[in-house]
Amino acid sequence: MPCRIPPLAITAATVTTALGRGREAQLRALRERRSGLRANDFTRSPLPCAVGRVAGIEDVTLPPELRDLDSRNHRLAWLGLHGDGFIDAARAAVARHGAARVALLAATSTASIGATEAAYSELAGDRFPASLAAPELHTLHSLGLLLERVIGARGPCMSQSTACSSSAKIFAQGERLLRLGLADAVVLAGVDSLCGSVLFGFNALELVAPQPCRPFDAQRNGISIGEAAGFVLLERDGPPGAPHLLGHGESSDAHHMSTPHPQGLGARLAIEAALARAGLAAADIDYINLHGTATAKNDEVEAAVIAALFPPTTRASSTKGWTGHTLGAAGIVEAVLCLLALEHGCVPGTLNTTTPAAACGPQLALANETRTLRTALSNSFGFGGNNCALVFGRGQA
Amino acid sequence: MNALELRITGIGAWWPQRGDWPQLRAWLRGEAIGGAIAARPPAGVLPQGERRRAPLTVLLACEVAAQACAMAGHAGADLPCVFSSAHGEVAISHDMCATLASEPLALSPTRFHNSVHNAAVGYWTLATQCHEASSALSAWHGTLGAGLFEAAVLACAESRPVLFTCYEAAAEGPLARVLGADSTQALALVLDPDPAAAGSRLRLRQHATTATATATAAELLRALALQQPAALALPAGIHRQLEIEITP
Repeated sequence: MPCRIPPLAITAATVTTALGRGREAQLRALRERRSGLRANDFTRSPLPCAVGRVAGIEDVTLPPELRDLDSRNHRLAWLGLHGDGFIDAARAAVARHGAARVALLAATSTASIGATEAAYSELAGDRFPASLAAPELHTLHSLGLLLERVIGARGPCMSQSTACSSSAKIFAQGERLLRLGLADAVVLAGVDSLCGSVLFGFNALELVAPQPCRPFDAQRNGISIGEAAGFVLLERDGPPGAPHLLGHGESSDAHHMSTPHPQGLGARLAIEAALARAGLAAADIDYINLHGTATAKNDEVEAAVIAALFPPTTRASSTKGWTGHTLGAAGIVEAVLCLLALEHGCVPGTLNTTTPAAACGPQLALANETRTLRTALSNSFGFGGNNCALVFGRGQA
Repeated sequence: MNALELRITGIGAWWPQRGDWPQLRAWLRGEAIGGAIAARPPAGVLPQGERRRAPLTVLLACEVAAQACAMAGHAGADLPCVFSSAHGEVAISHDMCATLASEPLALSPTRFHNSVHNAAVGYWTLATQCHEASSALSAWHGTLGAGLFEAAVLACAESRPVLFTCYEAAAEGPLARVLGADSTQALALVLDPDPAAAGSRLRLRQHATTATATATAAELLRALALQQPAALALPAGIHRQLEIEITP
């Protein structure tokens, strides 16, 4: 088992999802049990499903110096960066520590593939149209290249892309950079946007529900895809009251490219490693934000792992009925939802779910609950059996 | 920035017309290449069915990773792994975008799950029954430097050897042309933070600078093949580079 790590301060955090822009919008929708999912009005070819679409992306105008990188993903990133004053906090960290001491870790599964899809539908002969011709727009690292320009950080910069665990894993990467003294602040960014590849791709795998997703319900029948942008600033020390990253655990299922290990071996290894780094036992976890995608397999396996590892006093829920599955952004979105739960003592329930599946333990919260929360665990499991679990602690005033 | 120090205990490589690491090493040293050069990476670590169906990036990555693990004397199952590729599987992205432009409901499920950037590391962990942490990185022109740096950070932070793999596969079509995905090459290194481990010493330091670093994967491998002290700088993004010192 890994050794305990020193906690890190989370000095800024924001998220933009189908629920709205910034933390307050998320909290309000969680409390009102108002889903951000709506009937698919995104794809040109009809696809009967629900989507977690962020309002207002089409109206964003990127500043002239970023126009060559114009894409849905980058407009969403731009919207998200301005939530909760994050862009100012990130630039202030660059000014405070020096650009070379601030790392920039991006996470995405879609990057700007939506722009590549658009280019293929407008090919002139076999060339991209001029408006979509910038090579940097079509690389998986496009989000990192955009943020590098916007924030001005000059520390280590790269993109992690392990499907649905991507933006959880950058917390682990950032922690290592800070622990080894290779950076003084780390900007974490997770952005994924709606595009044909993921909507028709998951549809081809028969994993998309025709109606809004119902995580852990006995009648669940697939995911609802959402889009989101999340940003977190990690530093060794923060002001009093700042929440903390306490632990992280990563693992691989080594079972199948698109279905989880039947006994949840990888999920279990990731959770146990995250608890060990946090120096906590399972019974110390107050709230778990589950991966809970509402596919038959994920929820069956995850429910059994949670029921076996945690006491009934631990509360657990999936928030994907609110946001949809935001894929590469899910890790950071749900990390920020954990921070909101800790700060406000609010356990979000599991929206759209009425009858829990047989495998669910007493931990699963269907209704919202109010209680004091000190610690939260967030699970993210991706294609290729790629898993990551994170542990957060409430700030002490 | 603090320097990271490690030992390179395993090396794997695959270059078209040059073959695997022993063959490429001979060529880099100006010696005759021994044995026949395979047309495709053999990737014997993959089960036969998968080897036949796998995209080129998966074959490349699994082939070089297996070479490096064998040389280091580690089972793949025992090593956390950091895989990196600037472009990933461009041939599949091309095919998917072309299908989406014409008949989106005809998208193939297999193509879709093979299109994720972590397909190669996913197949590797499956083939070797590796339950350790696995990453799939990309950093545009800084991909080799960023991936190598991340693998070194992981090894030093966790005090254990790590498998690093970097691969690119040439592709055709509009996307490949825009990206410049025109070369096929792959390398893998096993990095051990134990100073007592056998192998060349590697010293890494990320450095903010306005100078433009230009070293390539081939130059890194040449330094390892010649077994002479070498210093090179790999691109690592805007105004920064990864400085590397190798001591045999």
